[in-house]
Amino acid sequence: MEITHMKLPEKKVAPLVVKQTPWPRVRKVLGVILAYATLFALSAVIFLPLGWIFTAALKPDRVSPFSIPVQWFPTQYWHWENFVRTLVETNKPFLIFTRNTLILVAGNIIGTLFSCTLVAYAFARLRFRGSELLFNILIITMLIPYQALMIPQFIMFFKIGWYGTYLPLIVPSFTGNAFFIFLMRQYMRTFPKELDDASRIDGCNYFQTFWHIILPLSKPVMAVCVVFVFMGQWNNLLGPLIYLDRTSMFTVAIGMANYVTRANPQWNLLMAANLIMMMPSVLLYFFAQKQLIGGIASVGLKG
Amino acid sequence: MISLEKIRKNEVRGAKAGPLAQKEERAAYLFLLPWLAGLLLFLVIPVVASLGLSFTDWNLLTPPKWVGLTNYQDMVSDHNFRNSIGVTLKYTVLSVPLYMVAGLALSLLLNLRLKGMNIFRTILYLPSVLSGVAVAVLWLTLLNPDLGAVNQVLRAIGIANPPRWLLSPDWAVPAVVLMGLWGVGGGAIIYLAGLQNISPHLYEAAEIDGANSIQKFFNITIPMLTPTLFFVLITSLIGAFQVFDTAYILGGSRGGRSGALLFYLLNLWNEGFRNGRFGFASALAWVLVVAAGVVIYITFKTADRWVYYETGGE
Repeated sequence: MEITHMKLPEKKVAPLVVKQTPWPRVRKVLGVILAYATLFALSAVIFLPLGWIFTAALKPDRVSPFSIPVQWFPTQYWHWENFVRTLVETNKPFLIFTRNTLILVAGNIIGTLFSCTLVAYAFARLRFRGSELLFNILIITMLIPYQALMIPQFIMFFKIGWYGTYLPLIVPSFTGNAFFIFLMRQYMRTFPKELDDASRIDGCNYFQTFWHIILPLSKPVMAVCVVFVFMGQWNNLLGPLIYLDRTSMFTVAIGMANYVTRANPQWNLLMAANLIMMMPSVLLYFFAQKQLIGGIASVGLKG
Repeated sequence: MISLEKIRKNEVRGAKAGPLAQKEERAAYLFLLPWLAGLLLFLVIPVVASLGLSFTDWNLLTPPKWVGLTNYQDMVSDHNFRNSIGVTLKYTVLSVPLYMVAGLALSLLLNLRLKGMNIFRTILYLPSVLSGVAVAVLWLTLLNPDLGAVNQVLRAIGIANPPRWLLSPDWAVPAVVLMGLWGVGGGAIIYLAGLQNISPHLYEAAEIDGANSIQKFFNITIPMLTPTLFFVLITSLIGAFQVFDTAYILGGSRGGRSGALLFYLLNLWNEGFRNGRFGFASALAWVLVVAAGVVIYITFKTADRWVYYETGGE
């Protein structure tokens, strides 16, 4: 209330000053035009490369995929079957790669939701000795370059016979991920303390409070984590590259990497595969945009 | 309100009394168990093990052989190691400041109150949700020296001999930096959240004092944004040490023409999984951890001087 009172008189004064000279107005209009011009130019920089590979993906095998001059949008060729061909062609079975990737995605989503909600609940809602120390440790583990651990972790999983299976790529998610724990803890902290108290009075134990009260309220932040896990796993190249040894178990990311680093790939099909690989992330982004950006932004602020 | 507060205080006092608090503590550690187990199994043990391994010569098949500091001594003269440090440093120095400035500039643009701004925000953020592999494949074709769109555009605007990008030892790292610029919207979204968190009162007060836009930017926006800038600086430094996917796709596992794209992690991967030098690769990992730790420590230490945290109440 106070804020609006303070603003009102000022707003009435400011236009009076502005109207005396025409220049600020002209400058403002010019500024808006310039801003829109920049925004449209930047949007073109985002879209044109995608249009360019889309054009290449729709070309038949006999035509050079990247013609001179540059074709930013498909005009001449519309070979939609390239997208199907790239999915089912036998020597690079992208359909199987997709299925494999989805197995990893599903395993990691289950693991992450299981572990991170439990741990975040303890950090957000329970009092215990050492909580500050442990939370600081959690923050520090976010800063450790995970890849630095790939050699010893690989040796460990190799020794217990998990090399060549999906287990090393799924099981660690059941022990939580510092970033998601942090994200969930920040969210769970915002609920009023009275919620826990009321459920305790009603006779719930800690797990029941977690399960019936906190978890249902945390669905939005869980959704954000699911989106992040999906994208992280869909795009993961290093992990599968280290642990998988058979083509039948490969993921989309490895499939693409092998395809492109091979001599003379078939570019139209490669570009089709690449667009297919982009699709899930794009779709997920459009549906979960608000939550996703909100999630990233909140981390940035509190970090 | 008063009665509610009282109840809460009673609860707090009650919870601190002996048995209830102990029960809560036991419950808390039970909830933390998955994470604590993971911390031990997948972090502490591997870190300690890799330190031990870094003093050995081991190809995974024969028993490890203790070689003392040999692995670390070998690094000094190892051509690939020195090259990978150079590539990674070059990338860090070029990319981190550029992405920070570009991201900030973009966020200022996206923070303007214009019609349709949400659509532009959506578009400009799009590249950062795309898979690193897919984006790298896209840019691999865009940066093709002969047929790629980038050089065709450059020739069209009169640059007769554009760089050969990924195939040129000098231009390969700048090409990767250029590619990353395409996804700079990801950083801009974080700045944008920071910008929107700055109280409008500050700007109003400055306007009353007669400040112009440039003064407002340097005396309000930048200081108020320093926590966000600090966060982005730390994460992008760590990110710069960890480039792998992009390098693997753009240059292949060998690190491109004459090792121009042999990033640190790619070299580590090669030494471990390709050459089977697990002891040496563990030593490389330790050097990375220590280097990252030192850089982060220095950044945190200097933070006191330039990061402004708003303290005290409203």
